Amino acid sequence: MFEALSDRFEGIFGRLRNRGRLTEGDIDEVLREIRVALLEADVNLRVVRSFQDRVREALVGEELSRALNPAQQVIKTVHQELVNTLGGETMRITFASRPPTVVLMAGLQGSGKTTTSAKLARWFKSQGRNPLLVAADLQRPAAVEQLRTLARQIDIPVFSAPDEVIRSGTGDPVEVARQCVAEALRLGRDVVIIDTAGRLGIDAELMAQVGQISEVSQPHYTFLVVDAMTGQDAVNVAEAFHATLSLDGVVLTKLDGDARGGAALSVKEVVGKPIAFASTGEKLADFDLFHPDRLAGRILGMGDVLTLIEKAEQVYEQSEAQDAAQALLEGRFTLEDFLQQMQQLKKMGPLSGILGMMPGVPKEVRDAQIDDGHLARIEAIIRSMTTAERTDPAMIDASRRGRIAKGSGTNPQEVQGLVSQFNEMQRLMKRFGGFGSKRTKGSRKDRKNDQKKAKGTSRGGGRVTTKGVVAVPKINLEELAEKEMAKRPGGGLKLPGLNL
Amino acid sequence: MQLAVIALLAVLVLGLVAAGAVVVRHRRKLAVAAPRRPVRPERPITAATQMAQPGSVLSPSAPAEVFPPSAAGPESSDRVEFAVEAFEPVVAPPPSFRDRLSKARAAIAGPFRAILVRPSIDGQTWEELEEALIKADVGVELTRELLDTLRQRAKVAAITEPEALLQALKDELKARLAGADRSLCFEAGTPNVWLFVGVNGVGKTTTVGKVGFHQAQQGRSVLMAAGDTFRAAAAEQLQAWAERAGTDFVRGAEGGDPSSVVFDSVQRAAARGIDLVLADTAGRLHTKSNLMDELAKVRRVAAKEPGRLSEVLLVLDAVTGQNGLVQAQQFTEATELTGVVLTKLDGSAKGGIVLAIEARLGIPVKLVGLGEGINDLVGFDPDEFVDALFD
Repeated sequence: MFEALSDRFEGIFGRLRNRGRLTEGDIDEVLREIRVALLEADVNLRVVRSFQDRVREALVGEELSRALNPAQQVIKTVHQELVNTLGGETMRITFASRPPTVVLMAGLQGSGKTTTSAKLARWFKSQGRNPLLVAADLQRPAAVEQLRTLARQIDIPVFSAPDEVIRSGTGDPVEVARQCVAEALRLGRDVVIIDTAGRLGIDAELMAQVGQISEVSQPHYTFLVVDAMTGQDAVNVAEAFHATLSLDGVVLTKLDGDARGGAALSVKEVVGKPIAFASTGEKLADFDLFHPDRLAGRILGMGDVLTLIEKAEQVYEQSEAQDAAQALLEGRFTLEDFLQQMQQLKKMGPLSGILGMMPGVPKEVRDAQIDDGHLARIEAIIRSMTTAERTDPAMIDASRRGRIAKGSGTNPQEVQGLVSQFNEMQRLMKRFGGFGSKRTKGSRKDRKNDQKKAKGTSRGGGRVTTKGVVAVPKINLEELAEKEMAKRPGGGLKLPGLNL
Repeated sequence: MQLAVIALLAVLVLGLVAAGAVVVRHRRKLAVAAPRRPVRPERPITAATQMAQPGSVLSPSAPAEVFPPSAAGPESSDRVEFAVEAFEPVVAPPPSFRDRLSKARAAIAGPFRAILVRPSIDGQTWEELEEALIKADVGVELTRELLDTLRQRAKVAAITEPEALLQALKDELKARLAGADRSLCFEAGTPNVWLFVGVNGVGKTTTVGKVGFHQAQQGRSVLMAAGDTFRAAAAEQLQAWAERAGTDFVRGAEGGDPSSVVFDSVQRAAARGIDLVLADTAGRLHTKSNLMDELAKVRRVAAKEPGRLSEVLLVLDAVTGQNGLVQAQQFTEATELTGVVLTKLDGSAKGGIVLAIEARLGIPVKLVGLGEGINDLVGFDPDEFVDALFD
């Protein structure tokens, strides 16, 4: 649905190849595309304008190197500017010299305050602190119960109004906030996290109430919880809360969806305070300090390599992955391995989602609607094969084909199609595998021998080696991609995330 | 081709893991954060075990707990009488859309004052129109399309006054919104099921509670089904609503299978002659394929005899930006949406994304939430909505 900024730039830079510098006109055109990309990512219009101005300044007079793709250079500039705007660095939380450190959470209804409070408490706990959660949301039915349930999972106490008061619905959150610090001292807790009820920025009465809560609890940190899916209104919300509470930072939630999260940029710009934390999943552990550079890439639609890597790491063992990649590139890859890889991939969510996170995937591939149902068919076919057939697909004759087709509910043609595609793929991979050393070492045969010897030594390509492990996958990954992309119009695989 | 893409993906991912791990590790060293120690995360089924009330069994097929209405529920014998009574206007008529909105809008100066004071249409007028649409979250693409249409209209009709131009834009929007069926579908006879879906935190549970209250007011016998078995205390929240509205209520074990809750609810509704089952579901991001599959299953179960699935409503927060369109698309793929409930429109957000949803996917907005009060959920009025966009 959204076009990556790099795709948009292709057209502009297509006719620019021979010039080394951007003209005014080029820059205007570039800025227009940036504007659309940012607006589609829900960055506030006002913020887009000031951002455009800054990018213009950075671009005017910039010398474009001929060796590099000009689109890439401009994107790099834009990306850097975005990172700067988003805060450059991750926030450092300090603790009050006289505990407890009080943290106040505020935000709109449904932005995720209660869950975030619990996540934050868990985070503090993992830092060796002893947090106390304070349920000052006495408005929403069962909000206190929700916080208690979450707190039980992480074994953290919850302080709130007495039960009968909560049930009667007459509890005063200001009173709870007034008492919570004393309670923390009594329990020997050094961090207090106050969860407040959701409220609209334009609701004067409730805003006054949260102001009072802040006054009586004197928080060291006041965080605004913002949903990553928020649209243009994020600015108004942030302004309203900042005016009442003078925020110290922002917590961005629901980043695990596919929202581009432009609201973060808007809020940062308006409040001028960093985005402290980001919540990236439903589990309480899916929460960490915020990394501006990752979000910058995401806002620009450049993919989110680091998140992808982390996601992949949850599924793959690194050594396992290395072995599999090696096997694949050496052509030792069987249908059995392929099946395994497919299943790991599936664990990472729908293929289109993975593709979306992958930067520089050519548009043709990204748009080639990959149907996850197709995966199931492939899986069925492979599962209907015997182990021997999976290792050596060449043995599959007409009779075996018929049996496999029956077993998998497909037809012999499909089985044949899969086998021949697999053979084709294997040949391709072998070629890619050999490609890496060709430049430096000549023939493929040399390389084979070379590789046997290569265990533990650095090879001619001079790429990263850590502790004697030859980083073959990296070398071949890039070159593989290069070669693959060279065959496509508008080629050039970009991995901006990895160049950071 | 597909196989090649998948293979390519596999290689890329593998490569990324191998190569990227180095990068990440390096970065982690730099970050202030303590090393992430993933406590093997899981949906809190273990928590549910501790939480489960005595007597409730945790197997997904376990019978859901059933709570009869606190007030004497309408038995099938006196249902007719009950219905007749309830058609009397029991509560004051809900506040109008505009009353509510104007309260909210007064807080922020609309961008349109500026347009109207200018004597003629110039480049800036167009820019300001564009700005207003974009600031209302209508989206770049639809904004362009609308303004292109408007340019032609202005040329044909020889519009020269900014005010007339604005009127023409409003007319265009109203015309686009006119004609859709915005009523909530109900067919007497079998238990109707209305399913509420959406991402986290949009107000599904609250919406179910309010809809249940109104439907009960209108004389229908209602059962609220706590299909959100995931979020802590979601069932308690809905139960509070059910008690308030005096409706029947069914819940399952925390962490249990939502489909079984819906199944039990429909069975119970059929046995007791209840008209309407309102099924709440856990909030889920549309990108989580396993959760979307779970939702598709809930939908299939809800549509089974003797139930009749007559509405599948996407609950959408008015503050949502461009992602709302993607949400609607993904949810309709999984559950075939019949309408949208736009909540929290009483804030400063204008909810323009629903225009894109109607234009691109043809899913009509049926209800809007204009406040926290029980009467603040009202039918969607396109004309007032459009006027409010430009207030």
